[in-house]
Amino acid sequence: MSGSSHTNPADVVATRWPRVLRRGRMETVATILIAAGVLMLLQPFALVLYTYSFVTTLAGVVMFTIVSKFPD
Amino acid sequence: MTDQTGLSGLVDRAALVTSPVVARRVRGLSERAIAWLFITPTMLLLLAINIFPLIWTIRLSFTNYRANRPNATVLDVGLANYQSILTDPDVWAAMTVTARFVFWSILIQTVIGFTLAWLIDKKFRGHGLWTTLILLPMMLSPAVVGNFWTFLYQPQIGLFNYVVAALTGAPASSFQMLAQVPLAPWAIVIVDTWMWTPYVMLICLAGLRSIPDYIYEAAEVDRASPWRQFWSITLPMALPFIMLAVLFRGIENFKMFDMVNLLTGGGPGSTTEMASITLKREAFEKWRTGYSSAFAIILFVTVFGLANIYVKALNRVKSR
Repeated sequence: MSGSSHTNPADVVATRWPRVLRRGRMETVATILIAAGVLMLLQPFALVLYTYSFVTTLAGVVMFTIVSKFPD
Repeated sequence: MTDQTGLSGLVDRAALVTSPVVARRVRGLSERAIAWLFITPTMLLLLAINIFPLIWTIRLSFTNYRANRPNATVLDVGLANYQSILTDPDVWAAMTVTARFVFWSILIQTVIGFTLAWLIDKKFRGHGLWTTLILLPMMLSPAVVGNFWTFLYQPQIGLFNYVVAALTGAPASSFQMLAQVPLAPWAIVIVDTWMWTPYVMLICLAGLRSIPDYIYEAAEVDRASPWRQFWSITLPMALPFIMLAVLFRGIENFKMFDMVNLLTGGGPGSTTEMASITLKREAFEKWRTGYSSAFAIILFVTVFGLANIYVKALNRVKSR
């Protein structure tokens, strides 16, 4: 019996998983959201950016937590 | 070998003193159940001291609860506390003070820390002693450092003023580092830099020591100048480690409280009033517990987000 006849279930999930929703890419998007939220929170230029900073960071954190479970 | 004998002896003795009833019960449990039995107390403790207060804080952040009026009616205010914090120019000002402190302290610490690491990596005579001496400030408690530097910054008797006076020629009592508006933020940056540059140096040193010698040897063969080697080999290969130090110090400085509270307490005026100091004032001076809980959650989410990026960077460094 050759090793190639066995297929790892995780690999099957990974191949069926849409390429745009792969973990690496989605984590990068989440990281950018978090970084943008932190910059908006700490910038001294516009109060409106500060107001929406928390929502942006929270969205990034929630997204990061979810997408870190996605297959590579 | 001796340890193993000692351990088996200990297990034998424990088996002898265990009552037959308990032994029978434990023997009937699966390995998974025994593992759960061991970790349950720790998990319960963590739930009690970490998770429960967090959930309780989230709950309080949606109310008008005041800890100094425990018998007053507690009303649900929805997102009003969050709205109030995120539209308050004073809180925004505290955030910009925090940002300035984080930016300057990290910039200076990274430059000095990397330079020190680069020098220590040259392995000159007595470099071990110098490394130990440089690391000393990092090992002190922030409370000790705060008190220590309060004395150093005293305009009449402080050593700092006398050193600056000797270097610049200005009278030692002509300036007060902790009481003058333009100088107070820099006083805190100097103390933080003094204390935490060694940490940045250690991480950078780990990065520099991870660069294989054969890369430099290949560069020598290609007749690359030391300047070219630094920009093309040393800096790019140490960059993930520098990023790690920057992120870690960023998170720590963002929630800095103890040292600032000891040195200036947020003053003069609100020049050094960082987010953590504002939070403490709202929670324990104005007793707006619901409002300060919402503020704490905002800071927590920010730090949690930065920690996620930190872990991602750490994994990238590990995979190298």
